[in-house]
Amino acid sequence: MLSIKNLRVVIDSKEILKGINLEIKEGEVHAIMGPNGSGKSTLAAVLAGRAYAEVTEGTITYYGRNLLEMSPEERSKEGIFLGFQYPIEIPGVSMVNFMKTAVNEHRKHKGQDPLSASDFLKIMREKKELVEIDSKLANRSVNEGFSGGEKKKNEIFQMAMLEPKLAILDETDSGLDIDALRIVANGVNKLKRPDNSFIIITHYQRLLDFIVPDIVHVLYDGRIVKTSGKELALELEEKGYDWIKKEVEKNEVSWT
Amino acid sequence: MDIKTEINTKYSDLYLENIRKITDISTPFLNSFREEAMQKFRSLGIPTRKNESYKYTNLDIFFNHDYRNYFIPVPADFTKAEEFRCDIKDLDTHGLVLLNGFYPTLNDKLKQLPSGVWIGSLNEAARKFPDLVEKHYGKYASGETDGLVHLNTAMASDGVFIYVPKGVVLNKPVQVVDLLYSDEDMFNQHRNLIILEPNTEITIIICDHTLSPQKFLTNAVTEVFVGENAHFDIIRVQNEHNNACKITHTFIHQERNSKASSNNITLHGGLIRNSTHHLLAGEGAESLSFGLYLADKFQHIDNYVNVVHDAPNCTSNQLFKGVLDDMSTGAFNGRILVKPGAQGTLAYQKNNNILMTDDAKMDSKPQLEIYADDVKCSHGATVGQIDEDSLFYLQSRGISKREAQLMLMFGFAHEVIQNIRIEPLRERMDNLVMQRLKGELSRCESCMVKCG
Repeated sequence: MLSIKNLRVVIDSKEILKGINLEIKEGEVHAIMGPNGSGKSTLAAVLAGRAYAEVTEGTITYYGRNLLEMSPEERSKEGIFLGFQYPIEIPGVSMVNFMKTAVNEHRKHKGQDPLSASDFLKIMREKKELVEIDSKLANRSVNEGFSGGEKKKNEIFQMAMLEPKLAILDETDSGLDIDALRIVANGVNKLKRPDNSFIIITHYQRLLDFIVPDIVHVLYDGRIVKTSGKELALELEEKGYDWIKKEVEKNEVSWT
Repeated sequence: MDIKTEINTKYSDLYLENIRKITDISTPFLNSFREEAMQKFRSLGIPTRKNESYKYTNLDIFFNHDYRNYFIPVPADFTKAEEFRCDIKDLDTHGLVLLNGFYPTLNDKLKQLPSGVWIGSLNEAARKFPDLVEKHYGKYASGETDGLVHLNTAMASDGVFIYVPKGVVLNKPVQVVDLLYSDEDMFNQHRNLIILEPNTEITIIICDHTLSPQKFLTNAVTEVFVGENAHFDIIRVQNEHNNACKITHTFIHQERNSKASSNNITLHGGLIRNSTHHLLAGEGAESLSFGLYLADKFQHIDNYVNVVHDAPNCTSNQLFKGVLDDMSTGAFNGRILVKPGAQGTLAYQKNNNILMTDDAKMDSKPQLEIYADDVKCSHGATVGQIDEDSLFYLQSRGISKREAQLMLMFGFAHEVIQNIRIEPLRERMDNLVMQRLKGELSRCESCMVKCG
């Protein structure tokens, strides 16, 4: 479904991604791990269509289409979802109104009629239960006054409402206690189907105890330096990132 | 003669030509203020940008124009007022109509509601309740350096009078529909007096409308006395056409442990200037001052707020927000004066603005003068564009950029609207704001002016 080839990205004239290659097929769960500043969030931002990340080279193809030509809203309607590392607070815009507008935009895109108010509320109730989100949160303004955990759960709730084909979760585990982590992971596992895929961006192994990845990549200094099965995550947990750094540096030395 | 002198002379002459007519219809008490007020006007003149509180507003184009002057109401005009109906569904109020600043003569000039509250014409109240009017009239509208307040005192002879006797709580709001209707360009002034005795509660809604496309200039003064433990809310909704200039001066005097809130919602108007004065004169008083202004084309909206803490342990809060589009301009000047002895003061101020174009302009000026030492004050002002992160967040869920912008601006404005406690009015304001932000005409159905 997604094919990234030799992707180079610059932010504020600094090169952050230095030639990424990644293939994602339907039904796969990919984990992208790596130390701080390696470019994980930039990759997520580029996939979602953030304007500040400038693509200087390479291609991203999504179901045969050039993703880079699509607006953020079009990407969403075509099934791409970004779970934000830092969800935005939007005072004065209610969760209900926000989600109703979003869901109906998606429906319009598929040629479906907008949902009636009662149907919408029914779906909203079901999905709220899925992520064990407090009912009252839905009546509040988007993320306003939510705790860190509530914000992350709210991301998973929005994902459940929009049923994406490709969900990119950017450090959804950061700042979560173990209970919230389990709820978030359960939400993801329940939404998993043979035809949808996930990119889980994380620092730590612990989320991957609950969401088992098919493939683990290590991103370091703007490049994917290692790709392996789920056992790689355990190895990273045990040994940290230093051995990867050393391995990369050794290779660089031997290349010169 | 320079232009300033010429304009000031014009209004001085206007007074001399009409003072007989004005005094004939007013009571001696109201007339006793006129000569002195006119002298003050002559020395101060129409405010210019040299006046600190009018720094960002040029009134010349509206004052330097020939108007028909409206001093004596004629019964025929009032049919218009009689016909007017507010179209907000489920808004249950005690209605009053002002036409060109006068209380319609066809109605009871002054009536008592079952709760004991008196509502009606100020001119009539000055005859019927001279003691009450004498106790409060002219006591709170200090004017200080503002010549326009004195011009109003010199020439206004009518307006709304509301009296809430001790202990009365009026559950239903009083709605004053302030209509302008004329077949010629018109200058008008009116004067409102609202008195809340101790332990009372009342909400006033003032709706400013223009019913004909002529050029209008209004200079209105409202004096409010909020007695001990009384609770006063005033909401002013301004929806006038682009050729109208509205200048309002509201003076709210608060006694011990009273609460007062003022909310100015400006949806439309050519040039709007609201000055709202809150005097916290008794210990433990609390004041809230809100404002929302939406401007486009060449409109100019200026809000001046003056909160004076003159007693200990009082709280004040100002929240003013604006969205400026096209070439429109706006100004906010929020003054907080904490007098010596006003210990334990809490005073906050916030002014946030969104500029939609490079040509729109906003001047925001906090002015804090603190002469007591046990005081907590804060102020903040922002002028900027729609937040990119918020916009992207909405877009990333499939919402188009245009729709996302609308949602964000609506949310921005709603922070002010949500303080309106009367639900049907709050809903109507939300709807009008949404229409306005979409670029549609945001007018009540009964508005007869088709301006864009």
